[in-house]
Amino acid sequence: MSVISIFFTALFYISLIVFLVGMARKIYQFWITPAPLKIPTAPTPLTQTGVVMRMMREVVLFESLFKSNKWIWLFGWLFHFGLLLVLIRHIRYFWPDDLPDIFLLTQPFKYAAFAMVIGLVGLMLRRIFVERIRYISAPSDYLMLIMLLIIGVSGAVMTFTSNHTDIIMVKEFASGLVSFNWANLPTEVHFLVHIFLVFVLMAIFPISKLLHVPGIFFSPTLNQVDDARLKRHISPWALKQEQEHATRLEQTLGKDE
Amino acid sequence: MAKGFDIPVLPTYLEIPELKEGIMDGEGPFKSVQEFQNPLGFPGEKVDNWQQVAIDKMGELKSKYRSVQVFLDSCVKCGACTDKCHYFLGSSDPKNMPVARQDLFRSVYRRHFTFAGKYFPKLVGAKELDDDMLDDWYNYFHQCSQCRRCSVFCPYGIDTAEISMAAREVMDAVGIGQKYCNQILGKALTIGNNLGLPEPALRDTLLDLEEEIEEETGGVAVKYPLDQKGAEILLITPSADFFAEPHIDGLIGYGKVFHQDGVSWTLSSYASEGANFGMFIGSYDVMRKAALRIRKAALDLEVSRVMVGECGHAWRVAYSFWNTLTGVGAGATDEFAQKLQDQLDHRYPQPQHIIEYTHDLIQRGKLSFDKSANDDRTVTFHDSCNVARATNMGGIPGGQFILPRDVIKAVCNNYVDMERSTIKEATFCCGGGGGLLTDDLMEIRVKGAMPRMQALKAVAKDNGVNTLAAICAICKSQFSKVLPKFDFDPYMIVSVHQLVSEAIIMDKPQIAVKKDQPQTNTDDVTLAETAET
Ligand code: SF4
Ligand code: SF4
Repeated sequence: MSVISIFFTALFYISLIVFLVGMARKIYQFWITPAPLKIPTAPTPLTQTGVVMRMMREVVLFESLFKSNKWIWLFGWLFHFGLLLVLIRHIRYFWPDDLPDIFLLTQPFKYAAFAMVIGLVGLMLRRIFVERIRYISAPSDYLMLIMLLIIGVSGAVMTFTSNHTDIIMVKEFASGLVSFNWANLPTEVHFLVHIFLVFVLMAIFPISKLLHVPGIFFSPTLNQVDDARLKRHISPWALKQEQEHATRLEQTLGKDE
Repeated sequence: MAKGFDIPVLPTYLEIPELKEGIMDGEGPFKSVQEFQNPLGFPGEKVDNWQQVAIDKMGELKSKYRSVQVFLDSCVKCGACTDKCHYFLGSSDPKNMPVARQDLFRSVYRRHFTFAGKYFPKLVGAKELDDDMLDDWYNYFHQCSQCRRCSVFCPYGIDTAEISMAAREVMDAVGIGQKYCNQILGKALTIGNNLGLPEPALRDTLLDLEEEIEEETGGVAVKYPLDQKGAEILLITPSADFFAEPHIDGLIGYGKVFHQDGVSWTLSSYASEGANFGMFIGSYDVMRKAALRIRKAALDLEVSRVMVGECGHAWRVAYSFWNTLTGVGAGATDEFAQKLQDQLDHRYPQPQHIIEYTHDLIQRGKLSFDKSANDDRTVTFHDSCNVARATNMGGIPGGQFILPRDVIKAVCNNYVDMERSTIKEATFCCGGGGGLLTDDLMEIRVKGAMPRMQALKAVAKDNGVNTLAAICAICKSQFSKVLPKFDFDPYMIVSVHQLVSEAIIMDKPQIAVKKDQPQTNTDDVTLAETAET
């Protein structure tokens, strides 16, 4: 195997481990941090089913964003939906054997790359030209968009221009990563840039704003059922405190007993 | 602080302002002193190692509140919330954009609690908590009314109110409290209400009120019982209701409704306050202490129902937090909570909002109204933030929007809603919530009221609206002050129960009625009800 192949193979595993461990830790942290009070935001579902429906609308349709700002919604949704389709299409590279027929259906998903890039460009333009959004942007916010843009564009260049990469090699390399049959990878620059940035993105996922992906599921304003009067909702720390302080508090309040 | 400022001109259409950096810079509201700080368990003045204390407190809060932790990590700076805060729209100060407000807190969180912020602070906008930053915290976290409008529009439900509560708690922990909130909390925790009305004064006020109503109604003896053991309902209402217009007209309305229902009820001098400013300063413990007074009153007075009057955040604390804090509701296990559970009548929601109660009576035909009494009014309803975005009424989706409107429509012939994007869950704050209802914050209060005033002006012009009804004591006080600044009549703000009070048909003194006149339907119902209980 060439040096460069070894480098990228190693980078893949390192990034993957950083991603998995980092995300697991973060999700665990979100999980164990209690939500001591009921704070759902209207329009609030009164049932668990309602909450599931609400989360689905938020995750799939970006409902709140739609209510807030149609432009951000449009670009944001195009980007995310495009990315999803493109990712699905990428499964073919990692699939170790011949593709099941069903994957033929994902062939047109390559055009989703345009949606993705258009979305990203829109978001970037807003960030640069809308004063309020420029005000709240840190360098990392631009950097993240730039990385995604380069990933999207380099991918599209390989797919839609004559700069094709050796797709057989890509598949051998990628499926080799999954099945531990390591192989050389093609060395065209745009391909290397493409996967390098993907690996980097994977690695910084757990320490960046990409945490909105697990975050949304843990957001108490979105995921709580509005049933405060029917069911008592109490966090472990509050319960402990309540038990410890019960006597003292009743005394301060002048409870005669 | 009492510097002059321009009153915003009301635009025909609400526009997103251009940023005017630093326009609301300042020292923030008056600081609290030792006398108010210590009883709440906070240091009297800024402690020496304040930075360390603050960072430690931040660490504690982020591990105790999932909201804080998740919200700090999840914001993608999409900007969707940037134009949603009434304080930004009214002031143009970019630090009043919800995400920028959060960032005052988040940048410090990043610096001290995240990998990226520790090693690449510039890249991710991480900053130290230095004196300048602390000043910004004190100033701008007291320019947030914790109205949660921003959370409705954030794709991740990020609620700046949670961050502003956390920031205030951190500041209290280092000894930098806000005078208005902490002084009031002191009064509520020692005397029983925010106004500091002691029991004799309260009793006098209520007696005066009884006389006044008797005169006005031509002899109907509406009672305002205080500390009456064994009453069915304990009413917890903001103490403003005992005191000033327009609040007291709401209290008159509650009394009349109770009277017509023939139910026994009482106020408590020990817990004569519905408002719970513990929420504004973000302190779970203080909020719990204040709420425990109400539990104690309910136990001592042996009531079977607890009801809350017209106060927005009081209703939020009652509806969403009482069960958690004190076990009013169901499921708590400590001795006192269990005793309360046994005592409460679970056929009714506990606690119940006065609007739910009146609404129910109207539905069951137990009240009659002469709607024409309100014919001089064209009414619109201001959804108060905490009611609208953080509670429910009637157990039906959106009940908090439906029930108050139903009640108003039952007692008024002319009702109009303000523009859709400014009501219900998207309602604009009055500008005075979250512990901002103090004269030293008048500038931000007036500027923050602009979006609400703009929507009001539109319906005033197009539909002849001359009455603004609300069910929150803070809204009512704030509007009384800011309406004239925008050339409205300060008396156009009313309680919903004032409208009820004006239209309700009271039974004539009972004995006289029963002897001489054929009984009306209402009497029948009243009698049947009395027989039942
Ligand atoms: S809408 Fe939410 S995610 Fe977007 S900038 Fe505001 S707080 Fe951040
Ligand atoms: S909670 Fe209300 S006042 Fe505070 S930032 Fe959000 S919109 Fe503004």
